[in-house]
Formats: sequence, structure tokens, C-alpha cells
Amino acid sequence: MELYARTIAEVSDLLRRQEVSAVEVTRDVLRRIAAVDGRVGAYLLVDEAGALEQAAAADRRLAAGEAVTPLTGIPLGLKDLLSTRGVATTCASKILADYVPAYDATVVARLRQAGAVFTGKLNMDEFAMGSSTENSAYQPTRNPWDPERVPGGSSGGSAAAVAADECLAALGSDTGGSIRQPASFCGVVGLKPTYGRVSRYGLVAFASSLDQIGPLTKTVTDSALLLGGIAGHDPRDSTSVPREVPDFREQLAAEIKGRRLGIPREYFVAGMDPEVRAAFDQAVAVFTGLGAEIVDLSLPHTEYAVATYYLVATAEASSNLARYDGVKYGRRAAGVDNLLEMYYRTRAEGFGPEVKRRIMLGTYALSAGYYDAYYRKAQQVRTLIRQDFEQAFSRCDLIVAPVCPTPAFRFGEKLADPLQMYLSDVLTIPVNLAGLPAISVPGGCSRAGLPIGLQLIAAPFAEASLLQAAYQFEQATDWHRRRPPLDV
Amino acid sequence: MDFEIVIGLEVHAQLRTRTKIFCSCSTTFGDQPNSNTCPVCTGLPGALPVLNRQVVEFALRAGLATNCRINSTSVFARKNYFYPDLPKGYQISQYDLPICEHGYLEVVVDGEEKRIGITRIHMEEDAGKLVHPENMPGISYVDFNRACVPLLEIVSEPDMRSSGEAVAYLKALRDILVYLEICDGNMEEGSFRCDANVSLRPYGQREFGTRSELKNMNSFRNVQRAIDYEVRRQREILLEGGQVVQETRLWDADREITVSMRGKEEAHDYRYFPDPDLLPVEVPAAWIEKVRRQLPELPREKRERFIAAYGLPASDAEILTDSRAMADFFERTVELGGEPKMASNWMVSELLRYLNDDRISIAACPVTPEGLAALLKLMTAGTVSGKLAKQVLAIMYRERDNDPAAIVKARGLVQIDDQEELAKIVREVLAAHPGEVEKYKGGKTKVFGFLVGQVMRRTRGKANPGLVNDLLRRQLDG
Repeated sequence: MELYARTIAEVSDLLRRQEVSAVEVTRDVLRRIAAVDGRVGAYLLVDEAGALEQAAAADRRLAAGEAVTPLTGIPLGLKDLLSTRGVATTCASKILADYVPAYDATVVARLRQAGAVFTGKLNMDEFAMGSSTENSAYQPTRNPWDPERVPGGSSGGSAAAVAADECLAALGSDTGGSIRQPASFCGVVGLKPTYGRVSRYGLVAFASSLDQIGPLTKTVTDSALLLGGIAGHDPRDSTSVPREVPDFREQLAAEIKGRRLGIPREYFVAGMDPEVRAAFDQAVAVFTGLGAEIVDLSLPHTEYAVATYYLVATAEASSNLARYDGVKYGRRAAGVDNLLEMYYRTRAEGFGPEVKRRIMLGTYALSAGYYDAYYRKAQQVRTLIRQDFEQAFSRCDLIVAPVCPTPAFRFGEKLADPLQMYLSDVLTIPVNLAGLPAISVPGGCSRAGLPIGLQLIAAPFAEASLLQAAYQFEQATDWHRRRPPLDV
Repeated sequence: MDFEIVIGLEVHAQLRTRTKIFCSCSTTFGDQPNSNTCPVCTGLPGALPVLNRQVVEFALRAGLATNCRINSTSVFARKNYFYPDLPKGYQISQYDLPICEHGYLEVVVDGEEKRIGITRIHMEEDAGKLVHPENMPGISYVDFNRACVPLLEIVSEPDMRSSGEAVAYLKALRDILVYLEICDGNMEEGSFRCDANVSLRPYGQREFGTRSELKNMNSFRNVQRAIDYEVRRQREILLEGGQVVQETRLWDADREITVSMRGKEEAHDYRYFPDPDLLPVEVPAAWIEKVRRQLPELPREKRERFIAAYGLPASDAEILTDSRAMADFFERTVELGGEPKMASNWMVSELLRYLNDDRISIAACPVTPEGLAALLKLMTAGTVSGKLAKQVLAIMYRERDNDPAAIVKARGLVQIDDQEELAKIVREVLAAHPGEVEKYKGGKTKVFGFLVGQVMRRTRGKANPGLVNDLLRRQLDG
């Protein structure tokens, strides 16, 4: 097997036994990018020189046997909203076209410390606003399973790059499903940690109370390894939680026999693709076979989740994106002769239509006279949604659900109708509103050969339990072994 | 028809923390532009604020010293507006849940005590500063050194009824903040800024009139003059049957008028909402009690104690309690054996004159309380006269020498107490001024002072004045 096609766990073993070098692995991955990314379009920037330099440094550590971690020498891709010192970070937006950060995000710094190698920056919906990566200002990313279809979003570049073996794993961010939904569409493992588990310092904010960084990997084991590398309290992020980080990988093998899996009635929404439903039923049967107990659940406020999300997230976004004003960094409109015109034209030219739509929605929701009816009401409903989950977790250990009502859709299919696009996030959004950890694992396949993900949701900070169940499911199925038909 | 004046003040006090409110950059004033900046205070994408605990501690001090209720939970909110000196496009402030509420200050105006309510005190970050180089029209620079420097906004109730009351409140508030060592209180440099809401209403009317908000007043004098001007302006409008427009007006100190800056229609909708990047600020009761216990004696209490305990005149007590350093200097001098009234006199009439002439603060005074106390004791013991002591103090101040006894000894400034020696000088003086002696004997006793002066001159001021008086009298009357 080619090195690029392997997992973090496998390559880490090879590196530690010095059967291969980090430079060899990195070169192999860079060759793979060169070979397939023209067809996938996952990367906005490939940092060949930087990656090889980091790989050489990793090899020195490996040779000396010093400070070697499971991530030392592992080529990883980064969603282009993670601040990387000296490497452009555009958020797939024109307004940050020339922005080169002066500092590393905490997750980037931690991975650097662990000796990881960064292959480059991955495409996404502009400022993480979207579910198909079609909102990138730069390029489309194609689903490696079907070039006519989207990879999902907003971490579409991250999911596609992992599925296409263009990195061993990647980091994405999940505000309303932006890791789990593309993971589902591309047939990889996507984990959204508990809000506060991973530092947001250096993650360019979309919606601060919802954003969370997480890994996209080929296997659950790799997810456990990469989460271990980025999790933990960060004094630079007031919302990160000072809580011990367990060794997720070590705990993977725990049995799930006797655990109660809840199935929320409300998640079987109108318009759900029968193939998604069938894959879900089959997955539940797998869990039953592993000795899990199935519990029928209700999460009664689910129907309000999408509306709540589009008030909270857009309100925060309208404020978070105010800093892109052309004054300090990024793009400034040319030929303006007064301040107001500079603001208007910089932002008119720099932001894409979806970003503008959300800034306007959020501005409206916070405006005098509307705040109570929209923003405050949304926060109240958010509390109800969180309470739904609290009650649910008194009756079950984990919740199991589909990730998205459909497999990957075609380009343009939902672009013209934003509301349809928003509704496709109905099964992932409640998790963000409640701040819970959730994972998407390959859990089926449509007749057309498209991956279908399975979602597991846990109580706050129960990532270990989440990963155990996902691992047991993975061991019992072969979905994660399927590869996209890129090499044909 | 006459009107009642209604004034409410909003004060922004820059806090003297070592580092900024949401990052660890220095708050030092006057450094190279943009040298005290980082991703957080320049609003780089992805950077996040972390609250400086010291700011909360300072807010608690201010709140407790102004009789506020402390909210055990308060919330930071974003105030959204665009301006080039505001790097994030919003200011992190507090809105519906500030840290302190419902306080008051008692001030004395024209001998009458008055209580001014304090609506709220909240914490927020300062903005950067725009620099417009004169030789580069159309170009502006932004200095972010001040961005994220902590501020307290202190909002009063509309309880003041004259510009004099407003200034009295402002001075009392500033003194407290300076005493608490949380703000340096410098209006000219902008570390203590004030906006005034001014309106008029017919006496007896309950509802407030339409107000204007005055900005840009960088001294107590300007606050007073701006309010006085604004009161005249509004009164004229009302007397002519017109209506005051709700607006923000800038004080123009050169032209001595206020000018309209923006009207109500142009007022921003700040779209406040809780900042999701910061957790609510929790202040446990134990913390509040700890701060309360550590509060220093405040200016007013100290002034009253100085009058009662040391028998000082109110005017001296006022001067001595002007700053904590001054009061501490005084009390230390007394503690070291200086007689209180003497210490007060010598500080107020001698030492302060030197300090004012040299424009230095009491903290930088070359004479220490130890030195002053030693000098006062030499006087009490009769070793030096008041006149000599003044010379000694001048030397102490000039030469940073705090050993007055040594100065006296080294320069032969010791008082002449020798009866025979002085009697001889007195005889010589009387012999040299027969005319004056005649006048004295003829009843013009005023010349006595002249004769004393002649003795002092011959002894270069070293003669024991009491003794000189005795000897002169004895020889003249005898």
C-alpha cells in the first residue's frame, strides 16, 4: 500500500520503527496531491517547502528518539480558517486574499510542538458559511466519490483531502455540522468535540458560541489520536474548559455491550432519502448485534433548531466579521476617497453573497426593536434544546442518528435556494446549539456508490465514550475500507 | 419663567493596570506607536480576549468606595460600530449587567452637603488613537497602543442642578479614584474624561427636558464653562418658545461654545449582545469582602479626621488630603515626633511652595518626613528659630540633605543663647540708634520691632528671638 493511503496509526508505527522517514511520507503525500488535486480541488495552498522542512525536523526527532509523539512526522492538512504564522490564511474569502497571520492558532502550535507536518491550507465555504464548499471565493472542491457532486461543507476541502488521500488527516471546524456533514459526504470520520474541549484561539470566528475545531480522519483510531493532539485547556481562550484530556486511543477497545443508544424520533424528517434511512436502520442493527440496548427518545424542540441557529450564528457572525474593514489587514478597495466609501466598497467587493446574506440577517436580529423577538428568543430556545439533550442523556448513554437527510448532492442543486441548503443541516445543528460532542463515521453507501455517514452524539466531554462506540461500529463494518474511485 | 438645570455625568477613567484588559500588552503611555500591541488588541482574525483580573479588582474598589451594589455576576457585551481606531469593529463593554450599580457620592457645594447618585460602573476597553500628520493631507495613521487599555465608565444619576455641583462631583470622584490608586486622574492627558448630559425644565415639572450630550471637555474649568454655555443656549431657545434638539455637542474651548456633532437620527444602533468569547464575570462574596477590608481611607474621611484629630484648620486639611502621598507625608512627619500644627504649617506654607515652583510632586520631594520631623523638633527644642529653620529647610531641599542637626552644626546656624553676648550686642544697637531709643521712650513703641531687627542683623538671624526681646525691653524700660 502506498504511504499516502495509510492511516496516522500505521505511519506513526512505521516512522517509530524507522522503516520510513517523515520526508519520504511527506514526499509521497505531496506527489499524491500533485496527482489528484487538479481533479479534487481540496487545497487552496500547498506548502511544499514548509512541509518538507517540518518533515526533516521530525526525522531528526525520530532519529534521536526525543519528544516523539504519535503525530511526529504525520502530514496533516488544515482548514484555511486556522491561523498559521507566515502562511496565508484566507478563509476562502477575497477579503483576506493577502492576509498572512503573524501568529499560530493554539491547535497549530500544539501540533507543531508534537512534530506534525503541515501540507497546506484546505478549501472551505467562505468564512465557514455553507454546506457544500460552493461558497469558496476561489474554487469548487469536488467530491472524490463523484466529481459532479459537492464534498459537503463548510470543511469540504478537509473531508475531500482525507478521502482522496491528499493528507493523512485534516483539521476542520464545525459550527452547525461543518465537520460531520462533509465527513458523511466523503466517507471519512469527522469529530466535533465538546464546546470548550479544543481551544478556538486562532480559529477565525464565524459564530463564537458554536465554533469548534475537530479532526477529519480515515479511521476512528486516527480521530482519537488527532483529538488527543489538539484537546486541552488553553489560557488564551476563556471558553476552553480546564478539564483533563484522557488517552482516547487507549480507551477505544472498551465494549459497548449493555450501553443504551437513544434514537430521537424527531430526526426522521420529511424528505429524508430512503437510502439514508435504510443505512441508518442497518447501523442500528449492527449496534444491537454488539449488545447495545436501543432506547426510543424524543428531543421535542428539534424543529426549532435551524431557525434558532440562523439567528444566533448570524448575529455573532455580523459582529465577528466587522473587523474586515480594510483598515488593518486584508483587502482594501482601491480608489476610494473617504472613510465611508472605503468601508462600503471594501466589504461589498470582499465578501461573497452568502456572507453578506448572513451579516445582514445577523445585523437585523440584533437591531434595536428586534433583539427581543429574535436574538433573545433564539437564546431561550437554545436553552430548551440543551435541556432536551440533558433529559435524553438521563435515559441513554449515546444518541445515534443520521448525519444528513441525503448523501452528497450535485453542484448547484441547493445553491439557488438558501433555505433548502440551511435545512440540510437539521440533524447536525442541535448538537452545536447544545455544545455536545458528536462524530460522523462511514455507515453505509447509496446505490450510486455515495458514502452515507452515521452520527453518534454524547454528553458533554464524553468523547471517550463516543469514540469507543464509533470504534466498535467501525470494527464491525467495512464502510471505512471503501476508497473513492480516483485512481481509475 | 425660569428653569431648573439637570445634569448627569458620564466619566471614563483609565485604569492604572500594568497590562491591558484583554491581553498582556503593556499599558505604558507614550511609547513608539503600535509597539504595545499583539494579535488580541489589534483584532487579528481568530484572536480572543482574556479578562485581566486586576481590572475587576479595580472596578470593585471603585464600586465599594462609591457605595455601589456589586453584581456577583456581570456580563461583557459587544458594542458594535465602525471606526478605524476600533480594531474589531466592536468595543467590549458591559451593558445590561454591569459590575456595579446603585451607588452614590456625597459632595459639599457652598457649604451644603448633597448626595449624587451613581447609576452604574462598568468595565470596558479603550479604542486606539488616530494620528493625522499635518504634512500628509488625506492620510491618517492608527496607533493601537491605547486599544484594549482598561476603562471604567462611571455614570451618575441626573442629580446635579448646577455646573458647580457637577464640578464638585467630578472632583470628588477623581480624588477617590486617585486615592484608590486605580486611575491617575489626569484630565488633560485623557486618563479621566467626562461627558455631560444637560437639560432644562421649568421648576416643578417632573419630566426631564430634552438633553444634549456634551463632549470634549478636558479640564474641570472646561466642564464648568461648557455646561454654563449650554445652559444659556438652551435657556435662550426655550425662552424664545423653541425646542431643544437631542444631540451630541462638542465643547470648543477656543471659541467657548458648544457645536453640534451629531443628531438623534445619526445616533448609532450599537446592537449590544453578550460577548460569546468571554464568560460572565463571577465575583464571590469573599472577594468583595477582601477588597472592602483593603479599601484605603477616602479623601473625605481623611479630611474630617485631620481636622478632628490634629486640630487643623479646614483649609489646611483640604490641602493635606489632596493626595494620599501628601497625607501620608504629613502623618509620617507627625508619627516621627513633628508637632501636627507645625507640620501642617510647614508643609502648606513652605514645602508646597518649593514643590509648586519646581513643578514636582510630593512623592519626588527631596525633603523626607524624617527630615522635616527632625527640623520641627529642633525648633520645638529651641535649638533653631523659625527664621533659621527656614534657611535650614532651604538647604535640606536644595541639597537633598535630611539631617538638619548636622546642617545647623556645620554652618554654625545654632541660635545664640548666650545672655552676656546678646546683652552686649543689644547695648551696641541701642548706642547706634539714639533717635529710635528716644522715639521709643516717647511712647512710639513701634520702633521696638526695628530694634529687634537690628539685633538679628548683627547676629545674622541666629539670636534667640525670645531672649532678644527680653534684653531689649529690660534695657529700654529699665
